Amino acid sequence: MRPGFTREQVAAIAALANLELDESELDLFARQLGDILAYADEVQRADTAGVPPTASVVTRHVSDRPDVVVRCLDRDAALANAPDAALDAGLFRVPRVIG
Amino acid sequence: MMPDGHTVRGVRDAVRSRARSATELCREALAAAERLNPQLNAFLTLASDAALARAAAIDRDLASWQDAPLLGVPVALKDNLSTCGIRTTASSKILENFVPPYSATVVERLERAGAVVIAKTNCDEFAMGSSNENSAFDPVRNPWSLDRIPGGSSGGSAASVAARITPLALGSDTGGSIRQPAALCGVVGLKPTYGRVSRYGLLAFASSLDQIGPLTTTVYDAAATLNVIAGRDPADATSAPQAVDDYTRSLTGDVRGLRIGVPRRLVEGEGVDSEVMRACLDALDALGARGATLVDVELPHAKYAIPVYYLVATAEASSNLARYDGVRYGFRADSKDLRTMYARTRDLGFGAEVKRRIMLGTYVLSAGYYDAYYLKAQQVRTLILRDYEDALGGADAVDAIAMPTSPTAAFRLGERASDPLQMYLADVFTVSANLAGLPAISVPCGFTGSGLPIGLQLTGRRFDEATILRIADAYERDTAWSTKQPPIA
Repeated sequence: MRPGFTREQVAAIAALANLELDESELDLFARQLGDILAYADEVQRADTAGVPPTASVVTRHVSDRPDVVVRCLDRDAALANAPDAALDAGLFRVPRVIG
Repeated sequence: MMPDGHTVRGVRDAVRSRARSATELCREALAAAERLNPQLNAFLTLASDAALARAAAIDRDLASWQDAPLLGVPVALKDNLSTCGIRTTASSKILENFVPPYSATVVERLERAGAVVIAKTNCDEFAMGSSNENSAFDPVRNPWSLDRIPGGSSGGSAASVAARITPLALGSDTGGSIRQPAALCGVVGLKPTYGRVSRYGLLAFASSLDQIGPLTTTVYDAAATLNVIAGRDPADATSAPQAVDDYTRSLTGDVRGLRIGVPRRLVEGEGVDSEVMRACLDALDALGARGATLVDVELPHAKYAIPVYYLVATAEASSNLARYDGVRYGFRADSKDLRTMYARTRDLGFGAEVKRRIMLGTYVLSAGYYDAYYLKAQQVRTLILRDYEDALGGADAVDAIAMPTSPTAAFRLGERASDPLQMYLADVFTVSANLAGLPAISVPCGFTGSGLPIGLQLTGRRFDEATILRIADAYERDTAWSTKQPPIA
């Protein structure tokens, strides 16, 4: 049984995942992630010496296609769902990036 | 409605013969949805105007639609399938007002086949859940018992078909999300082979596992729908080039000579409810009486399926859901700097289960843990896949593997909501088919003493949907389960 997570560990993972968790979520996830990973640790019991990983079951890739220009979304449609679009300029607007 | 008006075949034939108009059937489906939704909460959006316009267009030009395989069939779509001009939320606050500028390939195919999209169905947020309680818009309720869960994540789709609102709904299945709600609501649910159906326009959860499929009242209807939605799509590089069968032609009722594997040791070790076990064994006896041979099979690594699934699926989800950042679409939380905006948007926009899985996935992919968790899980995934390949393709090959779809019938709302791990165990028999990429179907096989539906799952060889459909249909011919309707219908 692996030990549970500390709040600091949970906060570090949240930072990697771009999630601003509140205090109660840090406590909850510290406990729950610990429980889930303790269970998931079952996989360590399987003997996988020499076994290749499976990332995808696709055996016949047919992703090649002619390199031709096709119709795609026009700019207005692409911007239509944006929370803050600069429609005239055709841009997504975001908060300041450089201080 | 006519006697067979709740089936895809019945509706199609009625419209074809002009006994009913597409418009009438569309109106009836919309009225049923409006009448029952206060109790079921199965629908997030009704596309009334678009549906009626489409039905009217079909009626006006019926001659040119005569051969359409889903002519006039009202259909409900899980709300993680993009529909051009119709709000698509994935049951998440982060997409509460998202209106896709294009439709999923499956939606275009259904519409070309004459189907009429009437509604978008409630589901677990981003298809993450087994009970529908993870929806940001409140849970769906089971039509057979309103204080119980419908299963998940395609719970609204299962409820729509079970309550006879639409004869067809589409769901998506990443770890059982079509089959488990189908079982718990007493309808047929098919997860096709990975790659059989284009995923273009499906809001991605775990890309190596996700697959779209039908929920229907009969096996024939599932086969007829698969005919329409299956096939290569240039927009999805993982869609398969293999030719598409006419799956309805495999429904001969003849299962003589077919070998059905039963993983008894696995099933007996997983705490299956005794009524569920009894119903599944009775179903297997019925198939035996029809001439199928029942064979014991071993799936020695199936016991690792849930841990492998929750390591692989969360890793993929953490990557797929990175796109929801408040910039291009969806909810945005106000903030003066960009990074805080991202993090706050995601904290307020995602629900608890989605955040839990993003956190777990981020952790198992992070430096120092990747090999121990993610890589290890992918290796065990190979072992699970080999178990199935050995059983379905070895010297004593079986044609399908049978087991309960879910270890229990529908549980009560709230019963497992506070313990995510307990909830994950509901998927014990379904996740393997996703990990191995195999087709699997759930077919109704009885009821518990308290009147809750039970489902039998059949898993087949890759791209051999025909055989599991044949077996499920043969079984259906011996029973009346598919004609049973919940009192609410």
